[in-house]
Amino acid sequence: MAAILTANNMTKRFGGLVAVDSLNVEIEENSIHSIIGPNGAGKTTIFNCITGFYKAEEGVVLFDNHSLLGLLPDRIVYLGISRTYQNIRLFPNLTAKENILVGLHCHLKSGFLGIVLNLSKTQKEEKEAEEEADRLLAFINMSGKGDFLAKNFPYGEQRRLEIARALAARPKLLLLDEPTAGMNPSETQAMMDFIQHLRDELGITIILIEHQMRVVMGISEIVTVLDYGKKIAEGTPGEIQKNPDVIEAYLGRGSAAEIR
Amino acid sequence: MTQTRSLWEHGVKTGIIGGVAVLVIALVGMVESFHRRDIIAEVITMGQVLLLIGGVFIGYIAAKRTGSDESLAPGLNAVIGSSVTGGFLAFLVIVGRLINLRAVLVNASPMLYKLLTLGHKGVAGIFIILLIGMGCGVFAAALFYLPRLTRRVIILSLSSMIIAGVLQDLIRPVIAAWGPVAVVSEWLFTGNGLTVSGSISIVILIAVVMTAWALKGQDIKSGYGNLSGGSQRGIKISAFFMLAVVLLALPHILGLFLSEVLTIVGLYVLLGLGLNIVVGYAGMLDLGYVAFFAIGSYVTAVLTSPELGFFSLTFWQALPFAVVLGIFFGVLLGIPVLKMRGDYLAIATLGFGEIIRILVLSDFLRPWLGGAQGAGKIPKAAIMGYQFITPQQIYYLILAGCILVVFISLRLKGSRLGRAWMAMREDEDVAQAMGINLVATKLLAFATGAGFSALSGAIFASKLGSVYPHSFNVIISINILCLIIVGGMGSIPGVIVGAAALVGLPELLREFAEYRLLVYGAALVAMMILRPEGLWPEVRHKMELHAEEENNIGEPEPSTAT
Amino acid sequence: MFQRWKESITPTDIVMWLIGGTLLLMVIWGSVATLVAGKYTGRHWIDFVIFGLAQGSIYALIATGYTMVYGVLRMINFAHGEVFMSGPYTAYFVAAAMYRSDFLDKHPFTALFVIFVVAMAISTMIAYFLEKIAYRPLRGAPRLIPLITAIGASFFLQYMFRGLYGSGFQAYPVIKIFEGAWVIFGIRILKFQLVVIVAAILLMAALYSFIMLTRAGKAIRAVSEDKEASSLMGINVDGMISTTFIIGGMAAGAAGVLYALMFKQVHFFMGFIPGIKAFTAAVLGGIGNIPGAMLGGIFLGLIESVGPSLFLDGLGIPAPYQLKDAIAFTMLVLVLIFRPMGIMGERLAAKKA
Repeated sequence: MAAILTANNMTKRFGGLVAVDSLNVEIEENSIHSIIGPNGAGKTTIFNCITGFYKAEEGVVLFDNHSLLGLLPDRIVYLGISRTYQNIRLFPNLTAKENILVGLHCHLKSGFLGIVLNLSKTQKEEKEAEEEADRLLAFINMSGKGDFLAKNFPYGEQRRLEIARALAARPKLLLLDEPTAGMNPSETQAMMDFIQHLRDELGITIILIEHQMRVVMGISEIVTVLDYGKKIAEGTPGEIQKNPDVIEAYLGRGSAAEIR
Repeated sequence: MTQTRSLWEHGVKTGIIGGVAVLVIALVGMVESFHRRDIIAEVITMGQVLLLIGGVFIGYIAAKRTGSDESLAPGLNAVIGSSVTGGFLAFLVIVGRLINLRAVLVNASPMLYKLLTLGHKGVAGIFIILLIGMGCGVFAAALFYLPRLTRRVIILSLSSMIIAGVLQDLIRPVIAAWGPVAVVSEWLFTGNGLTVSGSISIVILIAVVMTAWALKGQDIKSGYGNLSGGSQRGIKISAFFMLAVVLLALPHILGLFLSEVLTIVGLYVLLGLGLNIVVGYAGMLDLGYVAFFAIGSYVTAVLTSPELGFFSLTFWQALPFAVVLGIFFGVLLGIPVLKMRGDYLAIATLGFGEIIRILVLSDFLRPWLGGAQGAGKIPKAAIMGYQFITPQQIYYLILAGCILVVFISLRLKGSRLGRAWMAMREDEDVAQAMGINLVATKLLAFATGAGFSALSGAIFASKLGSVYPHSFNVIISINILCLIIVGGMGSIPGVIVGAAALVGLPELLREFAEYRLLVYGAALVAMMILRPEGLWPEVRHKMELHAEEENNIGEPEPSTAT
Repeated sequence: MFQRWKESITPTDIVMWLIGGTLLLMVIWGSVATLVAGKYTGRHWIDFVIFGLAQGSIYALIATGYTMVYGVLRMINFAHGEVFMSGPYTAYFVAAAMYRSDFLDKHPFTALFVIFVVAMAISTMIAYFLEKIAYRPLRGAPRLIPLITAIGASFFLQYMFRGLYGSGFQAYPVIKIFEGAWVIFGIRILKFQLVVIVAAILLMAALYSFIMLTRAGKAIRAVSEDKEASSLMGINVDGMISTTFIIGGMAAGAAGVLYALMFKQVHFFMGFIPGIKAFTAAVLGGIGNIPGAMLGGIFLGLIESVGPSLFLDGLGIPAPYQLKDAIAFTMLVLVLIFRPMGIMGERLAAKKA
């Protein structure tokens, strides 16, 4: 299998702090790839660098043979990368459906004049977009709830809605930042099934940041372990569980509670 | 002991706050100048009504804050609150009669004391103020204890009577123009204020209608809901048709003066809808918005005015230039503020607005723009010989502009662009991560807003026939901001209602015009604290409130950890 | 490295640098032309500088209020200009009464002291209640909401004072001992300008030492850094926010009296433009940074006083003095565009704005 995303020597600094230190990583196409590490290890920073929110100072990031560095976030979506956030960031005062329609933004083309004159092209596009939004709502089991404001949904539905918004951009690569944070075991299981379903049914490559080891070990094919911005281990879940460096990174500091 | 104190506490506290507020209202001169207008002829004036409403309101708030664990406590607090408020006014009268406050407080006139004491001298007058305060409290307490429906009926019928009295200048000529119905006007109104019989009948009429609606309204609504799609549509179409007829006939019904008011409201609707796109949709607080209004006006002036003598185009030839240049400047002034957020953007745009006004006013640009004297002799618009000269004619020009702009606003709102704006308003970073090009989207919002504003400016120049730099004060920006916030940010009907209330009302009530910014300022603060979504919010906000009330979103999750 | 740099430039950056460059060229061109023409002598320039210092130190005092409030609440207290207006406008009536009874001429220093006390008391009171009534209920609301509230409060206060005291200009009584000029090192300085400068410097020193040396000052600085952590450390955050408004109000009231001494009149609208300019000064110095605001104020005062003659006269612009406000606002916009963290370089604004 080919690598869909390759990072070579990627480095991001904040003043004196090196958040990501010459990271080399390859993401296989159609895989579920987890990134784990203690708090502050630089996991979310990697997402921010890939999606263009931060600019890596050094290194090369290639996606589908396109260099991502220096591109603005809004261009990177067009290449086929979309993401969710650790602390859910829906558009709180837009409805669920509008949230998804914003996700579809990059696939809509109508311009100012087309909209004002309500050309048949615009009408058709808008109708198709609405249909797709309804399909996505059904996909995340939220049919019929499209007209409620995003901020009024319970936590689990907000998580799913955020993923649906990311899916609306029809990504090839989906970055999920702690999708099971704050969920109880049964919700977590449902989310795991959902993520696997995304990869199997839609063929989307997924990078997952996770803290719950049960999720990481349960669904990912490859796990990358970070500590202080450096990659300290990479391998299948089985290999990682036995890796002495990883055990030290977690247990050495007495934070055994991180492993559940 | 402590029990009794906490029993009184809310009444006294609310009374003190209310007392200070009422003192301010009296001392800025509002009561006295409102005193000139009778609500019910020779019975009660607008100034007195203002104070009475204040007194009752304070009593009611005091009762409400007390809560209702002790059955008599709210009523007691209402009476205490209103009495304390009355006490403040009594104190003012006592002090004012002993010392000449007028040397400092220009509105603390003997006239004010006279109207507060209903003309009674000495101790009797003081006694009367206290008695009226207490009366307000008793009324407030009564309102508090009444069942909800009765309370609503009483408040609504009394307030419609007051509104009828306040808007007498609007209502009287309208009714009088309708031939046989003019008798009603004679019977309802005197030269100044309602007649006694008229006001009583208004109260009774509204009370009956309200009660009937409360009892039967649900049936009518569900009856409409049960109608077939076709007949629902029929009703909608005929309502739309009636609206169109009313809008077209309006200036002829209302007459010259009221048409003039309408044109001013219309210009503000244009401005408000433009700012609504920038502030309401895209969430960028633009305080220099008047600049584009000025640009629209001045471009029209430069291109048409023979006084400046560069070009002598007609209005219609100049209009496209005005709008295009407005859009151009919208983009030009938008570029530097692209990276700013929130309050910095607001201040920077305020700076732009002031720079443009100062430049226009200066001697530096005088040869081109006319300096402080402005420029005159701007021609009126004409279509195939029909000239838009009188307010009644210009009304149609503005109506056309409003319809165009409402139409564009509506189309944009539900579109890809409207969603992009709103997403940007909610969370700029995420919006960008969803593929929204922030630069283009922001500039488009600025350009659209500026275009609407320039259109309004061009019509304004032609309506007035001349332009002066003083018409483009920062106050105008604040007025526009105010009307979209009071109406409800992002809501198109809200802008129209806001413009009618905030611009139309001061034009109708000349005595109110002087206190316009005082009231606007207070309204802005109160709205932000109590009802930030505005008086006529977007449907989505209603839905949200509804959802919170009924708590019916989805099935409850097994557990929601946060 | 260069490659990276080139990638990050967008067309909008180019437009902005073009605008900035054009303005800079105009300023240089204008200055050179003015100096070459030699229309103004050294005396003129010294007068401009002293006037600028006096006016700038008033801006500096107002700006500290803006900057401190921004520090603790992250909001622009748009109504601060009205806090500034309320004090001297009220004190006018005291001053006028003392003037009529000859007290002002017989005991000018006592009278001045009374005027200061009244003005500072009123401004402080307005600032305190402004925070308590209008801003406190809005803690944690989205950013635009407190700003809109502040705009509303600003207009409410303006028109409240207009209603209470009348809409005309009131001429402040002249204090005779401050009339005329002193000659110091061969430079002729108008007395009242020197008084304004000295008084403002003393007040700023007092304010700065309060913030740096006292316990309350330390608590205010802690609240500016992190509200939550401060409250965990046992600091009464609401109390400190009130204290900030009180100190800001006192500084604004004193600044208002100095302003009245300098321009010899008060008016209900007098706070609006100086308020925006003081905000400019606060941004110039890096908002949230108190010494920065003071320097920013003085810098702005100087530019505004020297600028029209220096930059614009040489360009052949008639009556350049009319454009002094335009220069101040242009400074405001330029600083917000190019250095939102202020010329002093504190990065607070860039991070939190």
